This record gives sequence, C-alpha cells and structure tokens, in this order.
Amino acid sequence: MSTETVQNPIHRLTKEQLDELADEFQKIHDEVFNDLGEHDAKYIHSIIELHRRLGAVSRIFLMASRYPPALVLGTIGLSAAKILENMEIGHNVLHGQWDWMNDPNIHSSTWDWDTASPAAAWKHSHNYVHHTFTQIVGKDKDVGYEIMRVDPKQKWYPFYLFQPLYNIVLMCFFEWGVALHDLNFEAIRKGEKSKKQLRDELKAIGLKARRQIVKDYIAFPLLSGSRKGFKRTFWANFTANIVRNLWSHAIIFCGHFPDQAFTFTEEDVKDETRGGWYVRQLVGAANIEGSPFFHVMSGNLGYQVEHHLYPDMPSSRYAEIAPRVKEICAKYDLPYNTGPFLQQWGMVQRTIARLAFPGGKPRPKPGPWREPDKQPEREERFSREEQPVPAFP
Amino acid sequence: MVEKAAEPRISPVRKRFRRAAQVFTTPFAADDYLALLDWRLNTREATGVVVEKRMETEDAATIVIRPTHRWPGHQPGQYLRLGILLDGKRKWRAYSLTSDPEHPEGHVSVTIKRDTEGELSPFFVDEMEAGQTLYLGDVEGQFTLPDKLPGKMLMISAGSGITPIWALLRELERRQYDGEVLHLHGARTADDMIFGEALREMAERFGPYALHEHHSEDKGRVKTADLDDICPDWRDRDVFLSGPREMIDTFEEHWNVEGEADRLRTERFQPVIGEGGEDIGGGTVKFRVTDCEATCEPGISILVGGEQAGADLPFGCRMGICHTCVGRLAHGRVRDLRTGEIEGKEGEMVRTCVTAPDGDVEIEL
Repeated sequence: MSTETVQNPIHRLTKEQLDELADEFQKIHDEVFNDLGEHDAKYIHSIIELHRRLGAVSRIFLMASRYPPALVLGTIGLSAAKILENMEIGHNVLHGQWDWMNDPNIHSSTWDWDTASPAAAWKHSHNYVHHTFTQIVGKDKDVGYEIMRVDPKQKWYPFYLFQPLYNIVLMCFFEWGVALHDLNFEAIRKGEKSKKQLRDELKAIGLKARRQIVKDYIAFPLLSGSRKGFKRTFWANFTANIVRNLWSHAIIFCGHFPDQAFTFTEEDVKDETRGGWYVRQLVGAANIEGSPFFHVMSGNLGYQVEHHLYPDMPSSRYAEIAPRVKEICAKYDLPYNTGPFLQQWGMVQRTIARLAFPGGKPRPKPGPWREPDKQPEREERFSREEQPVPAFP
Repeated sequence: MVEKAAEPRISPVRKRFRRAAQVFTTPFAADDYLALLDWRLNTREATGVVVEKRMETEDAATIVIRPTHRWPGHQPGQYLRLGILLDGKRKWRAYSLTSDPEHPEGHVSVTIKRDTEGELSPFFVDEMEAGQTLYLGDVEGQFTLPDKLPGKMLMISAGSGITPIWALLRELERRQYDGEVLHLHGARTADDMIFGEALREMAERFGPYALHEHHSEDKGRVKTADLDDICPDWRDRDVFLSGPREMIDTFEEHWNVEGEADRLRTERFQPVIGEGGEDIGGGTVKFRVTDCEATCEPGISILVGGEQAGADLPFGCRMGICHTCVGRLAHGRVRDLRTGEIEGKEGEMVRTCVTAPDGDVEIEL
C-alpha cells in the first residue's frame, strides 16, 4: 500500500459509478461533435489567417531591423505568431481537432508546424503514447520526458542532481528537446524500433532542422540589407524562438506536474474501464486559470483537463464545456485540478528542485471539487407589483 | 488523409518560384501567404467558380463552372469530383461531365438530378448560385468511346444516367460517326427527360442516331425482356449502359447469361475490393503511427489487413477514388489490387484500400 495521504480517486468509485460517469462524459463529447459547423470552421480559419498576417507583417518589420522600433515590434510580433502557431494551431490540428472539416489543408494527416519536431514522430509520441498512457509512470514517456524526475515514483539516479540546471537549458531550447524526445530512446535501446525507421526519423528531423535554421538564421537575416540588419534579424528570430520555447515549456509543464495532478502505476490501471480512463485523464491533468487571451495564446491548454478528456475536440469548445465537467466532478466527489499560472508554475519548479534529490513524497492533493460559495441570491419569485406583502419602508 | 482536389496545372516557372519561396515560408507553402492577397493565387488545390445554373427539368440542373486554373482536359463520358462546403465541412460527389471538351470559353459543366434523400444533390440543384466556389477533383473514368468506333452500338440509360451517354452521343456526332447507334432511354415522362429536347433534335439531324424513349409512367421501368422488341440484334452490338444500380445489376446479369459480357460497358464504380480472392501481393505491414503490425494474405488490402489487426485507419470510398485512406509508404513496395502492378515508390502516398503489400511494408499511418 502506498503512503499517499489522499487515496487515488481511481480506486474509490464502483464499477457502476464508473460506467455511469463514462456515459456522462461521452454525452458531452457527442453533443459538441453534433453541433460542430460553420461557426467553428470560421474560428480556426480566422486564427490561421491571423497567424499568417501577423507572421508576414513581423517579418517585414524585421527587414528594417536597423531601426529599433521596427526591431522591437517585429520581434514581439514574430514571437506571438510562433506561439499562436505552435499552441492554438499546430498542436490542436495535429490532434485531429479540425479533421471533421474534411479540409485537406487543415488536417492532422497533412499539417506540419513551425517547430523542430516533424509531425509524424510527434503524433506517435504525443497523441498516442502520452494521451493513451497519461500519467502512468513507466509508460507515459512525458512523465519527466525520460530525462527528469518529476514524480516520487520514478527511481532516482545521481544524474537527476543536475536536473534544475538542465531544465533551464530545456526551457530555452524546448523545441529541440521535443524533437529528440519523439525518437523514443527507450524503444531504441530495447531494439523495438527498426534501424530503418530510426534512420528515417533522424533524416526527417535533420531535414526539418535544416529548413528551420535556414529560414530563421540565414534567409530572413539576408533580406535585412546591411551587415547590421543581418545580425539584428538573426538575433530577433533567435529571441522569438526562445520566447516561444519558454512559453510552451511553461504551459506544457503546468499541464501535468503541478502538485494537484495524480500519477498512476501500471498496477493502478490493470483492467481499466472506459470510466477509469476518463477519471485518470481528469485527475492526471491540471488547468491554468486565465483570461480568454491567455487561453488562446496557450492553445487552450489552460483547459488541460478538458483537453485530456477530449483530445480530438476543437480547443475553442473547452471553455464552454468546463462547467459541465466541474458538475460531474462535484457529483462523483472528484477533484477538478486548477490554479493561477504563477502558482502552478511555481509548484512545478519546486518539484523539479526537490526530486533532484532521492526520496520525496507525493504532494498533498485537493479534495472533491465544490462550486466556490456563491453569495446566496435572494429568490425573486415575485415581481415588485405582485408582491403579496407591500415592501417596507 | 482526406479527399483532396486535383493539383492545378501551373507553369514550370511558377512551380520553381513556389519552391524557392518556401525557403522563407517553411513549413507552410508560399501559396498560403500569397492567398492572403488574393485567394486565386492559391495553387494548392484546383478550384472553379460557378458561372451559371440552368434548370434542365423540374428536378435537374446543369452547373456551369469556370475553372480557376488551366483545365486539364477530359474525354466525353468521364466524371469529375466536386467538393463543396456544407456547414463548415467539405463534402465530395462525383458527377459525369456534360460539357464538350475544349469549350471555347474554357467552361465545364455537370448535370445533377435532385435526389430528395441525398445530402448534396438538393444543395447543387436548389441552393447553388453563380459566383460560388467549388473544389475540382481529378477527371476520372473509363466509360469512354474507343479510338476505333464500333459499327453498331446500343446505348441504354435511365434517369440521370443519361449524363455520360449525352456526352458520348455528342462526341459521336462531332467525330462524324457513320455506323448505327440506337439509344434506349427510360424516363418518367417525356417532359421529365434531361436533355430531352436536345436529343430529339439530334435524332432529326444526325442520321446514325435513333432515339427510343421509354416512359415509365405509361409502361413501367425498362426491362431486359423489352430488348428483343426494341433492338432485336442487341447481342451483336457494343453496349454502353448507365443508370440506377439495380438496373445495371439486372442488365449485367442478362448479358452474362444471354449475351457477350465483354461487349457491355457500364458506368458504375467497381465492387468493393481488397477483401481477398485475388492472388496479388501478400506480406506484412507495419503502421508506424498507430504502432500496429498486420499480416495480409494475398488479395487483402493494407486497409483491410490493418483493420483486422485492430488498427483504426482512415477510409472513404474503399475503391480507390477518394484518396481518404492514403498513407506515406515508408518502406517496401505495394501492388495495386485492380491491376496487379507495382504502385508508388518509397516516400510516396499510396491508397491503402486498393493496394496490397508485396513483402514487408512500413507505412506512416
């Protein structure tokens, strides 16, 4: 028996409850999918158009990077465009969230994104491995990405002493970390991957890397006229990539590593039912509270819980289903993990620092979700004129 | 992958420009950015604009389209896939081309009959308006006239099955055919017949052509038993048959039993294939994304083999038309189950519904 103070909710519900819960979650999914239409299509088309316009204008500004205002505006715009493309567009399109539109140009099978990781390898490691075996230590390679210890169940190696340091490097060069992670080193070590497949994947990364590097560090700088312009655009593009990496690293680490998120053992998920799968997705992820702007810029991964319940649902729908997910949490006494950005991010850093050393206990977990106490509203059952007793004074 | 429009024909210069500009736009296409200026600059997919909708009968309309890019050309009797957006979703249907090849203004047309149960034909017939944009698929189909025209022909059509026959007859007239072609057409009434007026005029001016109308309101549907009366020498003619599925099935059966099946050409899609039977290919398939391995007996398509092994794979028509099922061939070689030929090279997209592995194959699906 583990030493966790709060029992993993996955063991608390009966089989009947789990089945009932699965139906309730499925119902939300089906209702949204039956309702998808032109309105949703317009949303993704407009975000894609916004990304392209913002990207194009920023690149044009940077052609005049000799002038400081153009340099500043161009760098900010390009950072924002890259973030938008990776988070709200690329990640979500590659999940197949927009496949229902049947548009071959906005489809998980054809999309490639503005980052180092080639789409095919990503779809395997993320969509399949991570979203199927979510938070199962030993099976979900995203628990620590095979280089970090973010859960006390992971065995400690002296190498982890350096993790607070190399985490900072990873923050800055996250896209390259992701690209290498997708290769799945464990499968390579165990010889599960054919030499040919490995070679193909390395070739794909190499090709992608070459194109990305040529674009950001040679082609566009050359368009900036002078030697000074070249240097400035070079560093502006570098900055935009770093900003994007820092942001995506932060959002993604806040998805599963804050204190509230549960992890599981392979034992926990033996004979898992559909209801069990939903509960694992629900309690294994954590949301980030923020404004609508924050949610768009984080690819709606502030709704990580909803995303894990419904990875193929258009991200623009998560906000609207969140209250219904909370209702289910309240009904079955399940937690709904959420918190403000800085709190969640701080917890992640604390865990990374603590678990660099041996030992460590699971952090305290939140109890069942309850709607925050509302100011009890006086029922206005009668309009002023009809009130049985006239108001006084 | 999903069903896609044809690749537009563009000049080599433009192609080279497109590739060069991608240095700046990778991983996106240069056209994605050019399209911000004018959507017609997008050459990723072939499109067309509706210039006119003409009602042919009460429930059939000809849609005249101006292709945005150069039209690749077509043979009479072939069909075109059309894609439209319906509530944010792209939908495709194939319709026979009714326009003449080499139209002076470069227009093409299809003629569509409203099927009240259908999903798309009511939209085309009732809602389509001039100015709307369509996606244009590849021109496909084998229901065409041979280079050397047979001396005696019989064309049998019913309902909207007239459309490819109409294209063939006009081609016969253009080619100044001097044999004998009897056309048996089934329609509900004389007024209900698509291209009725035009065909009756053709019968008057074009000697080799004889039209036999069969109005089902009076006489019931055309039956195989009627053939001996209408065209006693039907066994000696090359036949083109186009109509509803049940009609094709019964006529095909009739030719199999009493006539020469290889003189009969039908306009319909091939039966479902890839479920075994043919002695083509055979081997193992590794699906790299799904992480699944399948063994395919000869005649089993990659798609069917994968499904039997439990993989959840994309598919559409399951007969090699729509390209929904394609995946990139990462390793090995595959054979087309319809022809037995080797199909595609490593790195190319192959249709999993009509190909079988030839040895060990890996595919990015």
